[in-house]
Amino acid sequence: MKTPAFLKNLWSGNLNLWKIVPVILFFTLWELAARYGPFAGSAVFPPFSAVLLEMAALFKSGVMMKNFASTLGRVLAGLCIGTVSGIGVGMLMGWQEKVYQSLSPIISLLYPIPALGWLPLLMLWIGINETLPVAIISIGVFFPLCYNTAGGIRSVDPKMIHAAHILGASEKRILFQVILPNAAPQIFTGLKLSSGMSWRMVLAAEMVAIPTGLGALIMKAESLMRVDIIMSSLVILSLMCLSFEKILGVMERKLIGDWTDNA
Amino acid sequence: MPEIQLRNVTIRNCRNLNLTIKDGEYFVIVGETGAGKTTLLNMIAGVEAYTGSVLIDDVDVNPLPPFKRGVGYLFQELALFPHLSVMANIGFGLRAQGYPKNVMAQKISFLLELMQIRHLAGRYPHQISGGEKKRVALARSLAPSPKTLLLDEPTSGLDPRTATHLSTELHDILKKLGVTTVHVTHDLKEAARISDRIALMANGSIEQVAIPAAFFFDPANTSVAEFIKMPNILEGRHPGLLRPAT
Repeated sequence: MKTPAFLKNLWSGNLNLWKIVPVILFFTLWELAARYGPFAGSAVFPPFSAVLLEMAALFKSGVMMKNFASTLGRVLAGLCIGTVSGIGVGMLMGWQEKVYQSLSPIISLLYPIPALGWLPLLMLWIGINETLPVAIISIGVFFPLCYNTAGGIRSVDPKMIHAAHILGASEKRILFQVILPNAAPQIFTGLKLSSGMSWRMVLAAEMVAIPTGLGALIMKAESLMRVDIIMSSLVILSLMCLSFEKILGVMERKLIGDWTDNA
Repeated sequence: MPEIQLRNVTIRNCRNLNLTIKDGEYFVIVGETGAGKTTLLNMIAGVEAYTGSVLIDDVDVNPLPPFKRGVGYLFQELALFPHLSVMANIGFGLRAQGYPKNVMAQKISFLLELMQIRHLAGRYPHQISGGEKKRVALARSLAPSPKTLLLDEPTSGLDPRTATHLSTELHDILKKLGVTTVHVTHDLKEAARISDRIALMANGSIEQVAIPAAFFFDPANTSVAEFIKMPNILEGRHPGLLRPAT
């Protein structure tokens, strides 16, 4: 008799039940608690199925798509600006000791300020407009990436750089063909951290200051006591954080997986 | 083939070193850890700043950057590029120095064959063994056809059998290629087996330079005698060194 593929996978461990079962259990418990728990029938704790239905309705009406698109645009813009500037300054700091010595104290002073701490200042400096969430995300992304890039470059084995020098490589070749590839794992760590952070920051900025986007939708839903809309938005946010991290993970494996443990 | 001369070279704990390594010679430097052996190689390669003069073929190479000195360097840590395949590691120097593609392919193929690592060409450094990594690093340092090769403990970390095999093979290959070689080791048996001449370094100075027979049977001083573990070291006074009677 032929063994079903599902059982084969289960037996060989390919189907990771330890990952799937807790998720299914979580949503089942949510559904049951909302239907039969102390808040049963109350609007403050809707069942998971109701949240899914509301999410579908919001997508159908175009409300969710419009707000989601605004948020996604801001995240992508902020992430791009923060990534380019963070990696650029980090490369300079990692490669040139004098730049590192000069910028390190300033960066160390500014890094601990939570990204949202910049919000009141930015509201006064650039006003409440589309630039605000992009600026706050860029700032939040810049610091971890700058640190990780500089740290990655500075931790490249000096013997490897000596070897490249002896083999006749120019400074440019050493930077782009020896140092950056070897700093890449740390840069990817910074990128993955920043991508998740950018979604959290945009939500906060939209909740406080911007009238459009997922954050703003959550605030409007809160004023209308529409917990199902709040939860729908949070589910979308969570899925986006996860997707960005997964996309970066795939990029990491494609680019450097052959020679690191990420293969 | 070049002759290497160090004239009053000083760097950190190594002071006023004077040494001549002959054309095509297989020169072995022995000494305890911290004696200055690697520092001496770094000086010749030009990767550390020093005072004094290093001459290669009677040309003062002090103002020259490392790759213009015509030396290859096998670091003790190997410093292979982990993101490049074995083949790309070997070809790195050739690409950097602008060799034409067909010459590059020929040289890489020759070195893969010479070092018996053709089957590893497509692998990455983390996918090969310690001994194989040493062969790859050696092929990489030989690729741009250096006139002088500096080997820093090339057999360290290998099991005794592999180490003996590799050092003998290294010696034979480099002699065949006619490369002047400076080989640093702390293994006396290895030094005795492969060297044309041996130098002992201790506390940053060169204690003795001699052919193996003289080095092992006629040590110049007690540091050398102690290093080679001479069984009978007796204290005494030489009549010639006695103070003349007043």
